[in-house]
Formats: sequence, C-alpha cells, structure tokens
Amino acid sequence: MINSKPKISLAAVPYFWSKESYLSFYHQVASAPVDIVYIGETVCSKRRSMKLADWLAIAELLSANGKQVVLSTLTLLEAESELGYLSKLASQKNYLIEANDVAAIQIASENKNSFVAGSAINIYNNRSLMRLKELGMSRWVVPVELGCDDLSPMIQLAARESVEIEYQVFGRMPLAYSARCFTARHHQLTKDQCQLRCLEDEQGILVNTQEGEGFVQINGIQTQSSKVSNLIHQSLSLLNHGIDIFRIVPVSAVDTIEVIQQISDGFLTLAEPLFEPNKLLGDYQYCNGYWFQIEGMNQVG
Amino acid sequence: MDLVCPAGNYQSLIKAVDGGADAVYIGLRNETNARHFAGLNFTDKQITKGIDYAHQRKCKVYCAINTYPREAHWQRWTSSVDQAMDLGIDTLIVADIGVMEYIRSRSADFPIHLSVQASATNLQALNFYYQNFGILRAVLPRVLSLRQVAQLAKTAPCELEVFGFGSLCIMAEGRCYLSSYMTGESPNTMGVCSPAAYVDWQEQDGKLESRLNNLLIDRFSEGENAGYPTLCKGRFEVNSSVEHVLEEPTSLNTMGILPELNSAGVAAIKIEGRQRSPAYVNQVTRAWRKAIDRVVLHGKRVGLEEISGLANLAEGKQTTIGAYERSWQ
Repeated sequence: MINSKPKISLAAVPYFWSKESYLSFYHQVASAPVDIVYIGETVCSKRRSMKLADWLAIAELLSANGKQVVLSTLTLLEAESELGYLSKLASQKNYLIEANDVAAIQIASENKNSFVAGSAINIYNNRSLMRLKELGMSRWVVPVELGCDDLSPMIQLAARESVEIEYQVFGRMPLAYSARCFTARHHQLTKDQCQLRCLEDEQGILVNTQEGEGFVQINGIQTQSSKVSNLIHQSLSLLNHGIDIFRIVPVSAVDTIEVIQQISDGFLTLAEPLFEPNKLLGDYQYCNGYWFQIEGMNQVG
Repeated sequence: MDLVCPAGNYQSLIKAVDGGADAVYIGLRNETNARHFAGLNFTDKQITKGIDYAHQRKCKVYCAINTYPREAHWQRWTSSVDQAMDLGIDTLIVADIGVMEYIRSRSADFPIHLSVQASATNLQALNFYYQNFGILRAVLPRVLSLRQVAQLAKTAPCELEVFGFGSLCIMAEGRCYLSSYMTGESPNTMGVCSPAAYVDWQEQDGKLESRLNNLLIDRFSEGENAGYPTLCKGRFEVNSSVEHVLEEPTSLNTMGILPELNSAGVAAIKIEGRQRSPAYVNQVTRAWRKAIDRVVLHGKRVGLEEISGLANLAEGKQTTIGAYERSWQ
C-alpha cells in the first residue's frame, strides 16, 4: 500500500514531429490523467514546425484542462538567436519554465522568475541544490545518472526548502548532446543542410552493436538510451525516497498516452501500478539500473 | 595567448614546463578530477615539488577539481580543494556549483577557471558563473564553431580558453552520461569515460574485437588500426549499415586556425592529454610553443607540414578541427 499518489508529469517531446502530430498528441494529453505537462523544443533550434504562438496555444488548452504547464527550453545553446528565443521564454510571467542550461537560470533569476531545473542541469549535492533554490528553483528534475542512494542524503533538504523532486520513470533517457547532428550524419548530410530528416522518425533512430544489442538512440544532436527506462514497478521505492513527481518522457504518441493511463490507473487504488508492456504497440527494451546505482542500461528485477 | 599543457605526473610536468608551457594543469589522486586513471596524478609531495619547479620558470600550475561530488562523498571534494589551495596551487579548474561556492567561502578572490565539464557554451551561461562566482576564465566545450567562439569572445565577461589539440570529446562535456549508462561510471561522477577496467579485447574469427562492459564497440580486420574502445568512437549498426555512427577515432588539432583564435581574443589554448606519456607531452608542448610564437610574435600562419606532423601523435593518427568548422557538425 502507498500513502499518497505522486504527481505525474509528461516531459517535452524530445523528437521532431509535425505540427499536426503535436496538436493531435496534446489534444489527447489534455484529457489524459497527467498533472504537469512540459512543452516546447529542447533539442534543436532548427525544428520549427511549431512557432512560439503555437506552443502558447497548446499551453492555454492544457491549462484550461487543469494541467500545470511548464515551458521547456533548449539544452545546448550556441547561437545568439537561440538566446533570444530563450530570453522570451525565461522572462515571461505566465508559465513556469524548465531550465535545461544555466543560461535559462541566469535569465529567469534576473527576472525574478522561479524555474524547474531540468535533468541536464548538474545538481549532484546539497550545496548546489541550495544555491539554485536561492536563485529561484522550485523543482528539481534529477540528473538521469543519479540513483536512490545518491538521493537519500538530499531529500530532507529539498523537502525543507520546498523544492519538489521529479524523477524519470518511463521513456528513453537523454544521455548526451553534441554540436554534431547524428541523424544528419547518418543520412550523409551536414547539420546546416540537414533537410530536417529527423522528422521521418517518430522516436529517433535505433543504433545497435554489431551483435545486434541495443546501444543508443540517435535523435538529432541528442543521444538517448536505446532502452526505455521503466521504474513503474519501483513506484513504492521511489515514493519512499521522496520522489514527488513521476516523469514520463514521450516515446510514440500512442504508447505515451497508454503509459500515462496505466500509471494513473494503478495509483487509483493506492497500490503499486502494474505495467503491462503487451498493451504498447512499440517493441521496447527496458532498463532501470541507474535507480539501483549500477549501469543505467541494466534491468534489475 | 597562453599555452596550457597537461601533466598526468611529475615527469610530464617537467617536460611541459621545459617545453614552454605558460601553465600546466594537474589533478589529485582521486575521483575529484576528470582523468581519474590508475597510476596517474599527484601526491602532496609531488605537487609541492612541481609548483616549485614551475614557479621558478614562471609557469603556473592549475589543479582540476572538476567532477561533480555526490552528497555522500561531498567531503572528498572540499578536502581536495583545501589540499590544493594550501599547497599553493595558482588556480582551480572547477565545474560544480557547490564546489565553487565552497571555494568562495574560503576566499573571495582565489582564481577559478570554469571547467569544460561545466558545459558553458553561451554568453548567459558565462554571465551566470561570472556573477555568482567571479570566474576568471572559462574553458569552452568542443561544440562551438570558430565564428561562435569569436562572437562569444567579444562579449564574454571573462577570459576564454579553448581546446587546441588532443582527444576529441564530441559531446558537450559534463552533459554526457553514455559512460555510466554502459559501465556505471561517468566523467561527472568518477572522472572516467569508458573506463579501462571494463575494457576487454578478444580475437574472434581472425578479427580483433573491443568490448566495453561486454558490449561490442568495434571489430578490426588485420592491419586496421585498433584504437581504445571509447564508446562514442566505435562502429555500430544502424538501419543495417555498419558505421562510425557518432565519430571516428580521430583527434582535435586546431593549429591551422590559430591566427583566427588569436585575433578573436582567445586567452589560452588547452592541450588535452593528462593520460598521455611524458614523451608525448614533450613533443606536443614544443610544437605548440613554436606555433603560438609564430602566430602571436611573428604574425604568421603555421605551415601545413607542422600541422600534419602532429597527426602521428594523435589518437587514430588522424585529426580534425572538429566543431570549429561547421561542415564537421
């Protein structure tokens, strides 16, 4: 038995979808049992099927359906135009932002805005957590490589300082960012002439070892885990370790909605949710090693 | 433009100083630095000796404490900071916000260089570290184009240091967890990438296979140059084609664009390679001293022969200027 249901969040779609696909997906999300929805482009500034106004329209729709909307921001910022767009997001007052680079923290704190520190912000200890709390952090999305023992000595401080802790429980994990676009490279194109080929793959491109074992998933300049992190069966352990928010990172649109439903249904009875992989259309391999302080790609239990 | 050279041990430090480095950078013998390899790095006694040797020859000694302490091990990082500062290190190279704050709690103005592991790639990120911790210099990740570096140098609140030569990290440093995904140990937590303890070589049907924690990284035919299985530089299968999906086993060499880096106002060139031998440090330091003097003192470009001469020292025996040139991206 568990004492209270955690909040469920949906991370920004890490892949590049068409405007129609985003709209259709977020219309379904609007009526799905999820508490917090992160939206926006976090990987590549060349992905512009959605303009800021389009995202804000989605934000309004989700808010009207009772979701807390968070505007996610770009992770690897290089060009001045990217800083300009970030500035617009991090200085506005209507929605909370997810900072995925310290540049976003800098702009948000200059504007006295609070922010969510995304998983690409390196908070590994209490002193860093406290400093960012003082600068306006209201929620901490734990870096993907930290596990339960790493979190244990930090829960108390986070609770005392009212910093919510969010941990990824489902989806491929963001593992690296590069100047290079690996999707373009695979298609033998340069990033500057990429033809936006990442639009062709709803969930990025699987890379296997030469023996056919999963290695990584390439998604533009981002490299993800090939396996899908899955801590649904560790829900009790997560709650005992002070996790306030269970984060789902989108996979395919249809499977993402199904996973939200399964987790939420599970918590209705205040029991640990059961995960039923056969109800998903995709053929996923799962891992949960980071939570258990071992190789992220491994699966315990 | 300063030349900053790697010293994985005392012998390398001597070679770097004698070869004309303006500064050498070192690490302590623990996971507080990003080259936490067996047999590498400095004891207290070696640090004292090294600082004496370098200072007598007007060379500075930086110490990298640039990994991310997890709370349970926090004190190892603070005592390493204490150790380095008390021994008379000139500058600390740091990535973690908590560690920077700890240094500032000890001293309001001790020189801090922002490590490449902090992944600051833009003006606002630099502003953040400058305003919060008064960083003197930032080492830029190997992800920016030359034009972007030049643009950043115009407005940066602090000095900029860029990588000139050595192993090429193709990911934004400090934000790459591929190594812990596959082995449980990463640059951020343990100061290692693709750690040697997980590497295995096997002969299979006349081919040499390199593995990392049992995952096949690459397979070499006879006569092929078999490099260390750094996980991002292997050959993998994607849509039934076997390719270097992320990067080839190649090294960075920016000697060809030194004049541009110099006129952009870059304060220092960093040579990677604390894990390399004293003989390597000697050769590379001397070549770069000559190249920088040629560009800065004589306003000339470096000859192609000198540039390609370095390739033999490089991993994979091939070099690139990497992300500085947009076509690489």
